[in-house]
Amino acid sequence: MAKKNKPKRFYDYSLLFCVIFLTAFGLVMIYSASSYTAQLKYHNAAYFMTRQLLIASAGLVVALVISRLDYHWYARFAVFAYLLSYVLMIAVSLVGQKVNGKRRWLGVGSVSFQPTEFVKVALIVLLAALISQLGVKINNWRAMGLVVFLTLPIAGIVAANNLSSGIIIVGIAFVMLFVACKKKWPFFLCGAMGGLAMVTAGPLAFFLEKIKLLKPYQLNRIHVWLDPEAYPRDGGYQVLQGLYAIGSGGLVGKGLGESIQKMGFVPEAQNDMIFSIICEELGLFGAVSVILIFLFMIYRFMMIAGNAPDLFGALLVVGVLGHIAIQVILNIAVVTNTIPNTGITLPFISYGGTSVLFLMVEMGMVLSVSGQIRLEK
Amino acid sequence: MTSNQTGHRKKLLLLCLLISLAMAGLMCRLGYLMLYRSAHYSAMAEDLHQRERTIKAARGRILDAGGTVIADNRTVCTISVIYNQVKDREKVIETLCRELGLEEAQVRKKVEKRSSREIIRTNVDKETGDKIRNFHLEGVKVDEDYKRFYPYDSLASKVIGFTGGDNQGIIGLEVVYESWLKGINGTILTMTDAAGVEIENTFEDRVEPVAGNDLQISLDVNIQKYAQQAAYETLERKGANRVSVIVMNPKNGEILAMVNVPEFNLNEPFKLNHEEPAGLTAAQKQELLNQMWRNPSINDTYEPGSTFKIITAAAGLEAGVVSLTDRFSCPGFRIVEDRKIRCHKVGGHGGETFLQGAMNSCNPVFIDVGQRLGIDNYYSYFEQFGLKQKTGIDLPGEAATIMHKKENMGLVELATVSFGQSFQITPIQLVTTAASIVNGGNRVTPHFGVKAVSADGTMIHEFDWPVKEHIVSPETSATMRHILECVVSEGSGRKAAVAGFRIGGKTATSEKLPRSLKKYISSFCGFAPADDPQVIALITIDEPQGIYYGGTIAAPVIADIFQNILPYLGISNSSDTP
Repeated sequence: MAKKNKPKRFYDYSLLFCVIFLTAFGLVMIYSASSYTAQLKYHNAAYFMTRQLLIASAGLVVALVISRLDYHWYARFAVFAYLLSYVLMIAVSLVGQKVNGKRRWLGVGSVSFQPTEFVKVALIVLLAALISQLGVKINNWRAMGLVVFLTLPIAGIVAANNLSSGIIIVGIAFVMLFVACKKKWPFFLCGAMGGLAMVTAGPLAFFLEKIKLLKPYQLNRIHVWLDPEAYPRDGGYQVLQGLYAIGSGGLVGKGLGESIQKMGFVPEAQNDMIFSIICEELGLFGAVSVILIFLFMIYRFMMIAGNAPDLFGALLVVGVLGHIAIQVILNIAVVTNTIPNTGITLPFISYGGTSVLFLMVEMGMVLSVSGQIRLEK
Repeated sequence: MTSNQTGHRKKLLLLCLLISLAMAGLMCRLGYLMLYRSAHYSAMAEDLHQRERTIKAARGRILDAGGTVIADNRTVCTISVIYNQVKDREKVIETLCRELGLEEAQVRKKVEKRSSREIIRTNVDKETGDKIRNFHLEGVKVDEDYKRFYPYDSLASKVIGFTGGDNQGIIGLEVVYESWLKGINGTILTMTDAAGVEIENTFEDRVEPVAGNDLQISLDVNIQKYAQQAAYETLERKGANRVSVIVMNPKNGEILAMVNVPEFNLNEPFKLNHEEPAGLTAAQKQELLNQMWRNPSINDTYEPGSTFKIITAAAGLEAGVVSLTDRFSCPGFRIVEDRKIRCHKVGGHGGETFLQGAMNSCNPVFIDVGQRLGIDNYYSYFEQFGLKQKTGIDLPGEAATIMHKKENMGLVELATVSFGQSFQITPIQLVTTAASIVNGGNRVTPHFGVKAVSADGTMIHEFDWPVKEHIVSPETSATMRHILECVVSEGSGRKAAVAGFRIGGKTATSEKLPRSLKKYISSFCGFAPADDPQVIALITIDEPQGIYYGGTIAAPVIADIFQNILPYLGISNSSDTP
């Protein structure tokens, strides 16, 4: 590419601003939600906020660097990253650090990360590369089967370790395939079945538990979901505390920093349940605003994907779009007890170094795609 | 590719539409939760966050006639543990066991119980509380509280009474004046975090406690002390079961002293005042405690014996069936219907006037007076004098009079009642009736309560006690004073005389039932000055050993008490007055 003739290119500053705004807002909320417990536990009210700030800043730099690279270059690492995913996941299952009884962290000492976040990015790149290679053949059953075949084993390994991440990975593949294929009905059929399962969850779960497909604790979760107030101690506690927080927010909330529920009532309020604290402090107004910002972000992804120079770029963005949309929807659905409780973080806002770092990587990729959109007609 | 890309765009648009739909759905869900269900969840959350702590109201003190505090409050501590905050359970258990002297298993159970707050022990003295606080054990709370404290330990124990764990009155004046003394507890509503730690700088709703009112009573500590000392001396000298002394102002019914020895220590009301027999069951121990707490002056009845002749004499004089100079003869017994009723003097008193009969405490004389009155008349005086009702004293559990039903009363019963046998009344009933006869004929209500004052001394309420006027005429009353003064100056009550004072009174020696046991209650009821009674006292000695005549053992005790309290009360020596 000759520098002189450098065509006028698009760079999605509004998306970049969106990311920076959400991350900064996340830092404020993390401070608000965690300062009380952090002070008690670490004698440093800003403990969680500082850590998140460091990683998010580093992540932003990484994102900006990645956004300057040609995204076609990532495709070369697709297979390697995919295989690395298996290695990491197997490694974490065997030698991972135990937190709350589950091996989810890989690393030494204070430097550790959750490989499931890496798996998401790797899968997005792999599927984007694969589908764009297949071209129109993707509409064949065999090609679709190949995608499913590549997704399910890794999703299975992840799900064994962390069910919600497994669901997200399947969801990402589902969304990418949905956009790439001409077919519609298989996807709607899946969606309809999912919806049916939700509606009949109670009896269904009872039946599944009877035939030993579901473990008793999972059945319990379903019961808790259907009526959290009936199980205030076992299982319903977290959900109920989240609902207390949301409910006490009202229209405009108690004001920033005024949450009571963050004082140890909502467990680890800076993590999965941070949205309930947003609701409590900023009210319905704040909560809807956050959702609208995510919607705007998704709108930007859609514009970039729709105008991407090639299918590979478009699918990369669709993958990221799917990832973020699924996590936002599932997180808010869990917090509002719309679906059974499962641990899903709210992108950019929840505390979590690995999550924010890889989200930034994904943003870098999207910005890179956006940077190659030619504006000339 | 182009067509395919259009297809992708369409699918992409569809995807985003679905996502928007899902998010819109979530927004509706949020709206439902945060607006429609807001009140519900806010209330539940508030319930969870707020902790209501009671601020105990200080219980009102009890003051004697001179304002001396006889029931006070002392700061004590309540030790409790908050499960969530305890870090080093073993250390907490070990320290609490050591400092509070509790058994480990008991403490361990409480410390390891998952509850928001578990009380380990209440009423721990302030020193121990401070010591525990200074260990700075996490999760161990030391809350200060009030506990009743009685500076005079056992003084008037059965009158004052004591309070229980919640500072509520259990016996005595503490029960009767509960509503005046207890005050209104306050509350603090504080916000707490999940561990139950109060959050600083949050809205705190505080309702201040209202301290209880002080109760001023008529009892005088000095008179009580002196009477108690005299009672204990008698108890020991005569090896008696119990000795009770009531000192009252006959004009208005104010009780100046009420001694029932042996007393018990009000600061340790659950400890027996005698050696505890081995191998007591809890029920047996409780029974012994109940016995110890009894106030025999009020809760128990007895046959008054000769002191009751005051009533028979007053009835006879009032009805006009007898006068001081009427002559009687005593052969040492009187036959009523088929029964031969003996006089205490076996040989008889011979011929005597009514006045002499009273001075001799001659049974046949009073049998005759009773017979002259007749059953109907006697019974109506019995009722008129207020003997059928309770006195209405402000102490709990006053026993009722046990008297023959009028329709069951024959002449024999009338004869025995005339000199104080075959029925039972309480000592307080006897002294109150005697007081009412000698005070000019006004039936007073015996009482302790004078007034309720607030902590700063402002009058809150003055207690009003009913007086039934004219149960006997002033003339009869004057005659009775004269008769009873003669009893002391020249009759059977000679040992009650106090040099320089005019004393009136009547002795009694009642045989306890069953008569075969030969157990007695010796008593003396005396008042001074005899012409204008300002103080009346009754002593009852339960089962004295050796000599048991009331005139010999009971009368001198009253003389001793009067000798000391009359000058104290400012009653002038009659020999001083010209």
